[in-house]
Amino acid sequence: MASAVVLLAIVLAVVLGPLVWRVPINEIDFAAQLAGPSWAHPLGTDDLGQDILARLLYGGRISIAVGLCAMLVAAVVGVLVGAIAGMSRGSVDAALMWLADLFLSLPQLPLLLLIIYLFRGALTSVFGSQGGIFVMVVAVIGGLRWMQVARLVRAQILSIREKEFIEAARALGASKVRQVVRHILPNAMGPVIVAGTIDVAAAIIAESTLSFLGLGFPPDIPTWGRVLFDAKDTLDVAPHWALFSGAAIFLTVLSINFIGDGLRDALDPRRVL
Amino acid sequence: MSRQYLIRRLLIAIPSLLGISIVLFTVLALAPGDPFGELASNPAIPPEVAASLRAKFGLDDPVWIRYMHWLVAMVHGDWGFSFASRINVDTLILQRLPTTLIVIGAAQILAIIVALPVGVLAGTRPYSIFDQVANTLAFIGFSLPTFFTGLLLILIFSVRLDWLPMVYRADLGSTGWTWFVAEIKQSIMPVAVLGLFQGASLVRYVRSAVLDVVRLDYVTTARSKGIGERKVITRHVVRTALIPVVTLVALQMPVVFGGAIVTEQIFRVPGIGSLLISAMLSNDTPVVMAVTFVFACLVVLFNLIADILYGWLDPRIAYR
Repeated sequence: MASAVVLLAIVLAVVLGPLVWRVPINEIDFAAQLAGPSWAHPLGTDDLGQDILARLLYGGRISIAVGLCAMLVAAVVGVLVGAIAGMSRGSVDAALMWLADLFLSLPQLPLLLLIIYLFRGALTSVFGSQGGIFVMVVAVIGGLRWMQVARLVRAQILSIREKEFIEAARALGASKVRQVVRHILPNAMGPVIVAGTIDVAAAIIAESTLSFLGLGFPPDIPTWGRVLFDAKDTLDVAPHWALFSGAAIFLTVLSINFIGDGLRDALDPRRVL
Repeated sequence: MSRQYLIRRLLIAIPSLLGISIVLFTVLALAPGDPFGELASNPAIPPEVAASLRAKFGLDDPVWIRYMHWLVAMVHGDWGFSFASRINVDTLILQRLPTTLIVIGAAQILAIIVALPVGVLAGTRPYSIFDQVANTLAFIGFSLPTFFTGLLLILIFSVRLDWLPMVYRADLGSTGWTWFVAEIKQSIMPVAVLGLFQGASLVRYVRSAVLDVVRLDYVTTARSKGIGERKVITRHVVRTALIPVVTLVALQMPVVFGGAIVTEQIFRVPGIGSLLISAMLSNDTPVVMAVTFVFACLVVLFNLIADILYGWLDPRIAYR
C-alpha cells in the first residue's frame, strides 16, 4: 500500500509538477553553479546552474513514459505471440517458443546498445532527434522483453483451452479468435498484469542505463539516467546532483516492484515467491 | 551423468549460437550506413582504393553469402581491425576478456556466499522477522540500479572516507605484496556492486526454492528418523533446492553481463564492457560487433555449464 502511495506521488509530481514549479529546465545561471539545496533551488543546481528539481520533474515524464510504452509494446507482442503459439499446436508453437528461448538467451544490454548505435542516425532523421530516440528506445526495450509474457500467455492458454466453458464456446460455434479474445484472455490476464508491472520497472532501468552510458537521450532531454550521467563527474563537489536523480529512479523502481509483488500475491495465491 | 547427455547438450548449444549470430547479422545488415562510410569520407583514401576494398570484403554480394563469409570469419577468429586502436580486434578482446571474467566470477562467488545462507535461513523460517528483513533488503537490492549503487559506493568510500581508489588501474606500477593489496582494494567496489545486485535476486530464488522443498515428504521422513535439524537442512533440503536455482542463475546471465558493462564503465575497469562503450562512442564498428558476439557466446557458454551442472545435481534429467 505504501508503495502505491509513493508511486502515485511520483507520478502526480512529474505530471503536475512542471505546471506548479515553473522554473525552466534550461535556464543557465553561472552564479548558482553546482549550488546545494536552497529555497530558490530546492534540489540544488547542476554545473550550468540549471535547476535540478525542474529537470528531474521534466525528465521523470520521459522516463516513466518510456517505461509504460515499452511495457505496452512487450505486452502486445507477448500476448500476440503467446496466443498464436498456444492456439496452434505443432510446428508453429514449437517455432515460436524456440524464438522466445533464443531471445531470452540474447545478451540484452549489449544488443540494445548495438541496435541504438547502428540505427540512431536513420531514426533521428525520420522522426526528429527527440521523437526518433524515444521511438527507438521504446521499440527496442519492448522488443527485447516480450518473451516472458509470451510464455505466460501460452501456458495459461494451454490449460484454459481444455476447460468446459471453452468447450461450450466452441460448441456454440465461436471462432478461434473469438474464443481467445472473449473467453481465454480475460481469464489469463492475472500473470500478464504482474509481468507487465515488473516490466515497467525493468524498462525504466533499461532506459536509465542507456542514458547513463551516454547512449540514450541527448543532453537537452534530462531523463533521470541522463541527469545521473551528467552528475557523475562532479561527485566530490556536488553529491546532491547524483543523489537526487538516483533516488528518483530508485524510489520509482522500488515502488513498482513492490506493487508487482503485491499484485502477484493478490492475483495468484498458489504461488509463494 | 552419461556422456550422451553431455553430447546432446553441446549439440543443442550450436543452433542457439547460430540463431544469435543470425540475429546479430540481421541487425548489422539492416543498419543504415556503410561500414566503409568512414573510408569513403576520408579524403586521404582515393575512391579506387575504397571500391577495391568494398569488392575485397564482398559488400556487393547477396545477403546470405555475406552472412556465410561473416560467420566463417567469426568462427576463425578473424574479427577484423579496430579503427580506433589500430590493432586486430581479437588481440584487443583477448587483452580485455580476463579482467571481465575475473570481475564477473568474483561477483558471482560473492553473490552465492551472501545469498545462499540468507536465502536458506529465510526459507526455513518463513514470515519470521529475519525473513521479512531479508526480503525487504533483497527488494531494495535489486531495485537499486547498478549505476546508482556504483556512484553511491564511490561517494562513500572514495570521496568521503578515502579508503578505496575511485578508478581501476590496469598498470599499478608496483610488484609483489603491495601490488596484490592494491589490486584487491581496487576490485572491492566493482565486485561488490555487481555481486550484491546478483545476490539480491538470488536470495529470493533460494528462499522460494527452499520453501517448496521443506514441505516435501522426504524431509519429514529425514526429520522423523532423528536427524538433526541442521543436517536435514544442509544435506537434504539445500541439495534439492539448488536444482531450480542453478537454472535461474543461468537465465540471469544476460542481466549479469549488462551489469558488468555498467560497472566497468563506472569504475573504468579495462574489460570488454568498457571496450564496447568506448568503441561505440568512437564509431569503431568491428570492435562493437565482435564484443557483442563475445557476450552472446559467453551467455550460451554459461547456459551450457548450467545445463551440465543441472544434469549432475539431478540425475533424473540426464537419463530422460
